[in-house]
Amino acid sequence: MRLAFILGEIGSGLRRNLAMVTSVILVTFISLTFVGAAGMLQLQINQMKGFWYDKVQVAVFLCVDTSTAATCASGPVTDEQRTEIESTLKSPAVTQYVDSYVYESQDDALGHFKEQFANSPIVDSVTADQLPESFRVSLVDPEKYEVINEIFSSLPGVEVVVDQREILERVFNVMNAASLVAVGIAAIMIVCAILLIATTIRLSAFSRRRETGIMRLVGASKAVIQLPFILEGVIAAVIGAVLASVTLWAVARFFIGDWLAREYPDTAFISESSVLLIAPMLILLGAVLAGVSSLLTLRRYLKV
Amino acid sequence: MIRFDNVTKVYDQNSRPALDRVSLEVDRGDFVFLVGPSGSGKSTFIRLVLKEDRATRGSVYVAGQNVANIPSWRVPKLRRGIGVVFQDFRLLPNKTVAANVAFAMQVIGKSRAVIRETVPEVLKTVGLDGKDHRMPHELSGGEQQRVAIARAVVNKPGILLADEPTGNLDPATSMGIMKVLDRINQNGTTVVMATHDNVIVNDWRKRVIELKDGRVVRDEAEGIYAGAQGEAK
Repeated sequence: MRLAFILGEIGSGLRRNLAMVTSVILVTFISLTFVGAAGMLQLQINQMKGFWYDKVQVAVFLCVDTSTAATCASGPVTDEQRTEIESTLKSPAVTQYVDSYVYESQDDALGHFKEQFANSPIVDSVTADQLPESFRVSLVDPEKYEVINEIFSSLPGVEVVVDQREILERVFNVMNAASLVAVGIAAIMIVCAILLIATTIRLSAFSRRRETGIMRLVGASKAVIQLPFILEGVIAAVIGAVLASVTLWAVARFFIGDWLAREYPDTAFISESSVLLIAPMLILLGAVLAGVSSLLTLRRYLKV
Repeated sequence: MIRFDNVTKVYDQNSRPALDRVSLEVDRGDFVFLVGPSGSGKSTFIRLVLKEDRATRGSVYVAGQNVANIPSWRVPKLRRGIGVVFQDFRLLPNKTVAANVAFAMQVIGKSRAVIRETVPEVLKTVGLDGKDHRMPHELSGGEQQRVAIARAVVNKPGILLADEPTGNLDPATSMGIMKVLDRINQNGTTVVMATHDNVIVNDWRKRVIELKDGRVVRDEAEGIYAGAQGEAK
């Protein structure tokens, strides 16, 4: 009985304050979308790290004709130099860091290059002897790049040692910055949402002061008096959170899944299932925000 | 049923107390008129009984319990034992007569079956049978006050506090309301009625407690409006 009564009160409150409730829904929707977007960017970064860090290697490029580095003074890498470098890779001081390595000849390099730039006219003008041969080294711990760099970059016949992770770090930095921006916007929007919920609850309490006055007089408990107002805010915020989740799902499904993933087949993208991870958190966040802000408002404006 | 023990209530340190060392006792089943000019402390008395305010000094006992010792979460229980009626009725304008009365039962969690059974009964007691589905604005002032009384007593409180219940009504209608209050009193409910209405007080010959500037200046069984006459009107 009491439950039915409280539900009825919530319904009439939502109807009476339709415009305000709609604005609460929209503001929580937008703010939680930004929160969720930041979360998804972080998930994407983790996904890419996992995907790429396995594949990313340290490339030890060997000298070619045109090399200008000091270690290439003797011209293109010689067979002895190559053997020397390879035996260094096998030496105990190095093997503890190295997971595996492969040798990429100039012909292999041309093959990869052609693959990578298949649609570009540059392919026709490149020949195998322009591309350096290299050792592609996978490290046990990618963070130990400096050690490898130190050992190999001074060896004769080595032109340069490149940590491919660095290129990725730049991408991650951009994505991290984007998610920080999203979090910043979300924070401002959440402040808006809290204030708007507080105002809505205040208006709602004011427009129903007759009812609540009578409820107090006949001895209704604090919960029965306050719960309809609190749930009103919570329901509006949860609707906003659900809309945000649906939006994020649509972005994951149609933008990332149907478009990005097809355009960049080499990259691992998060799928819409990651939204399943984020949505409950958004809904919980929305509910808690609304609950706390309405409770604080009611303590000031609805004496029991 | 209600006992004030040397109660002082100060709202504002710079002005005189609203109630000044008031001691009085209202027994179970009493019918008491609380008279006195505006500002004499009648409304403060009612607020203290309902624990809407705390006494600055002294103790207020309701049904044997010192209200100062009732924790805030138990206050609703105290109020369930007290019905209140006001001069301005305070009905919900968008609910029917029956729904207004039922509201008081719904909010304290009474079952639908009990409500369906009790509401018509109470409306009959106050003389409103057959008007269940009317809206408050379709009723006369006297009828609206009867709805308010029905709402105040539907949960069978031991005490009924009436703050100038006839203040907005003409003398003939007021008499009807008094009969309803008397009937409720006959059923065992303690009634405390704050009023300015000398005709009613003089006609009814019940116990009269007169307040003036926050003090009890007169307390007599079967009293008349007397001393306050003229001042009040």
